[in-house]
Amino acid sequence: MRLSATEDANRRLLRARDAIDRHFAESLDVPTLARVALMSPAHFIREFKATFGEPPHRYLQRRRLERAMTLLRDSAASVTDVGLAVGFASTGTFSRTFASIIGVSSSAYRARSRPLPAPGCFVHAWTRPAASSSFGEAAAVTGP
Amino acid sequence: MFNAITITTVQVLDQDEAIAFYVGKLGFAVSNDVDMGFTRWLTVALPHDPERHLLLEVPGPPALSEEVAGQVRDLLTKGALGTACVLTTDDCRKAFEELSAVGVEFTQEPTEQPYGVDATLRDPFGNQIRITQHPTDAA
Repeated sequence: MRLSATEDANRRLLRARDAIDRHFAESLDVPTLARVALMSPAHFIREFKATFGEPPHRYLQRRRLERAMTLLRDSAASVTDVGLAVGFASTGTFSRTFASIIGVSSSAYRARSRPLPAPGCFVHAWTRPAASSSFGEAAAVTGP
Repeated sequence: MFNAITITTVQVLDQDEAIAFYVGKLGFAVSNDVDMGFTRWLTVALPHDPERHLLLEVPGPPALSEEVAGQVRDLLTKGALGTACVLTTDDCRKAFEELSAVGVEFTQEPTEQPYGVDATLRDPFGNQIRITQHPTDAA
């Protein structure tokens, strides 16, 4: 099919974003993702942010946290195991990142959450922590 | 008042490539392929659910101006048009293995959910499709 230059770039970037969605628990780095998008690393970071509104590292972080939130809601795995399962190298890093972006600790989040019986992709999209949240800034807690 | 949902639209960028994917890989069948002069009316349906059709539509004139069509194409190729459909299957893992073998791109491998097992794939244009296997003991 015939794609404009922008559409072709969009599609390649989407492939890289899909790779993050699928492989979020692995150690992903920018050069690897840039290769998926057939771009140089610097170009990839710039274009990813322009296309999806946030840099790839940030997207990966939010993907991991969205997945962690799901596991905290729906499974009995320990907080430590949840952090490792979604790709955080240490419990400390996971706990700090979770608390700073979600605004409550992972244990507190688990205590007040309930299962969400909607298709996973819908839950993923709507419970992912807001893009505007950042380190040191408490964000509204998602979930019932 | 209504009996069923019979046709829903899925935006694609090339109808022959759409047939190769939805029919050739996912197992839909062409239900209508009519040259209407101003556009090609192309619908597909699953053999097990023949009355529910996906209309595979290319955004463009005369329905949309070139400018608006460009906006739709931009959103589609960014994956922003969302989920085209959710398909149920008796064996999600088998579907995943078979489709992966023919090059279908998945964004989520089969995952246990409270409501069953599901996985997510991406069509060539940017649409997402969900595959769900419900528990056999579902009420």
